[in-house]
Amino acid sequence: MKSFTKITGTVAPMDRANVDTDMIIPKQFLKSIKRTGFGKNLFDELRYLDEGKPDQDCTGRPLNPDFPLNQARYQGASVLLARKNFGCGSSREHAPWALDDYGFRCVIAPSFADIFYNNCFKNGLLPLVLEEAVVEQLFAEMYASEGYQLTVDLQRQQVETPSGQVFAFDIDEFRKHCLINGLDDIGLTLEQADAIRAYESERRQSAPWLFDAVKP
Amino acid sequence: MAARTLYDKLWDAHLVQQREDGSALIYIDRHIVHEVTSPQAFEGLRLAGRKPWRVDSVLATPDHNVPTTVKERASGVAGIEDPVSLIQVKTLDDNCDEFGIVEYKINDRRQGIVHVVGPESGACLPGMTIVCGDSHTATNGALGALAHGIGTSEVEHVLATQCLVAKKMKNMLVEVTGRLGEGVTAKDVVLAIIGKIGTAGGTGYAIEFAGEVFRAMSMEGRMTVCNMAIEAGARAGMVAVDDTTIDYVKGRLYAPQGELWDRAVEAWRDLTSDEGAHFDTVVTLKGEDILPQVSWGTSPEMVVGVNDCVPEPALEVDAVKREGMERALEYMGLKAGQPIGDIKLDRVFIGSCTNSRIEDIRAAAAVVKGRKKAESVKQAMVVPGSGLVKAQAEAEGLDKIFIEAGFEWREPGCSMCLAMNADKLGAGEHCASTSNRNFEGRQGYGGRTHLVSPAMAAAAGIAGHFVDVREFVR
Ligand code: SF4
Repeated sequence: MKSFTKITGTVAPMDRANVDTDMIIPKQFLKSIKRTGFGKNLFDELRYLDEGKPDQDCTGRPLNPDFPLNQARYQGASVLLARKNFGCGSSREHAPWALDDYGFRCVIAPSFADIFYNNCFKNGLLPLVLEEAVVEQLFAEMYASEGYQLTVDLQRQQVETPSGQVFAFDIDEFRKHCLINGLDDIGLTLEQADAIRAYESERRQSAPWLFDAVKP
Repeated sequence: MAARTLYDKLWDAHLVQQREDGSALIYIDRHIVHEVTSPQAFEGLRLAGRKPWRVDSVLATPDHNVPTTVKERASGVAGIEDPVSLIQVKTLDDNCDEFGIVEYKINDRRQGIVHVVGPESGACLPGMTIVCGDSHTATNGALGALAHGIGTSEVEHVLATQCLVAKKMKNMLVEVTGRLGEGVTAKDVVLAIIGKIGTAGGTGYAIEFAGEVFRAMSMEGRMTVCNMAIEAGARAGMVAVDDTTIDYVKGRLYAPQGELWDRAVEAWRDLTSDEGAHFDTVVTLKGEDILPQVSWGTSPEMVVGVNDCVPEPALEVDAVKREGMERALEYMGLKAGQPIGDIKLDRVFIGSCTNSRIEDIRAAAAVVKGRKKAESVKQAMVVPGSGLVKAQAEAEGLDKIFIEAGFEWREPGCSMCLAMNADKLGAGEHCASTSNRNFEGRQGYGGRTHLVSPAMAAAAGIAGHFVDVREFVR
């Protein structure tokens, strides 16, 4: 997994509450059996004026000029600023894959839906929770100044604005550790294989019906 | 020991290792797999040279992409017309064959929507931890199990380790007291709950649904409610075990038998919250207050009673919410203050993991019987949740009732719930749908979804617009 330590990047807005994963990446693109290539269809229904098809070349499609990601000032953005309950709806990991593939490394919002939040960490994408008032302030500053950038420092758990104002954020120690070191969860869990086996053999005694095989 | 909630008990029983920072390794008893969220997980296993930890704990079936017409289903996987869908279903077959996972393939009579197949086959049992790469896995919580959706990386993680890295959620109790009125169903109950607590109301919680209304509810109804826990923001919803649960499980394909059954039942009897157990949040609704619900907007919390009107954004004080409402009205092509009964329907969809079990099909058939679909409704389709539901409905003659009324009777799958196959809404079309999500574009690009119960959807299909099913059947 990609590691995340500290980035400084242009901020783009997704200025509405309850952005669901259908909106982040519509279902027709879920038919892919790959993990990559979703960036061009990120926010497809908002970004383009026509209906997107899987495996389509998007270069000639009509763009929605009102959508921020289509505007010159937000090109190359790596930080997405969003509203409450970002990533609600389906569990599709294609949502963080699409954000990552587009070039985002961090999403800032007052709150996230649980599964999406989890999925981000598995993909080197940092979902960062800041208070609603702070997010409001960042939106205002971003709209007011073109090329607005934020510095996100995971090690020190802080976000810094261009004027030097600093906001601290919370994050689980374990997740932080994995993200900073780009660690693969599975490898870490398999280090505990003995504990898993011990649990299993105890349960096989106390609740054997849980271990009946699924048969064809 | 201190009094524990049902969720506390399920969590404690599956805890393999607690880490200092609050995260934990929990053991997963059952893993259900479908074609959309698994290919990258199997690919990951292959690349790392890993094998499934306990391959016989996994059950797979394709559902999202499968066509639902008899014609397209006739020649199995090879008959899927959409080449991209075909590859995805084929990839699931190949992966299951390669890793030795039991799969109910496309034309197996047990194939169906994962969340219908799990409980129906007895693969999902009370007291289990159950995961699937699909947010509606919460459905299985109706069995008194800890069931939730996971992402694809977690699918790979559970395949490889039989465990999930998780953090304990908070406990929420949603209590519905008293009794439901005639014609009010489980779907109306859960929509009313979401209308009350909002789509983020349950974020960070595991919800237990309790109270007389749930005690009196069938297993199918409880599944409908737990299914939509995720629309209330909660990863998991659950209902305590009682006789209804045990009667439902008895005799199912993978349910324990003989002496093991007795031992299991004894253990399952304890799957209830202890008297005095602590809940971080308690929400109470009165069963008598709940009316048949219809969603008017693009979020499941945007619901009202069938006899109400589309709400006025101008009356909303929260600015972000107000904007959301305005945007929803524009997308839905509705006006503030318009009576719900005035909304005309272009299509009707009865199906999805929320409402495609036998009881749902029966409820819809009872409304449709002897009546005809409105001319103005272009299509009304009924999509059973599994091959076994379909067979049961046909044995009861329900398919004929629908066909005589001008409704289509389809092959099992997710179908128009998310329109990954050929079943979709056209732009601007209004659909009375028994599914769980009314997001923009969910049922087709530009499509407009109204979430309702099966009986309400059936009545709307006959009338051509929303009607109060309680009046309608009289
Ligand atoms: S029926 Fe709909 S909600 Fe249920 S699993 Fe299928 S796509 Fe998801």
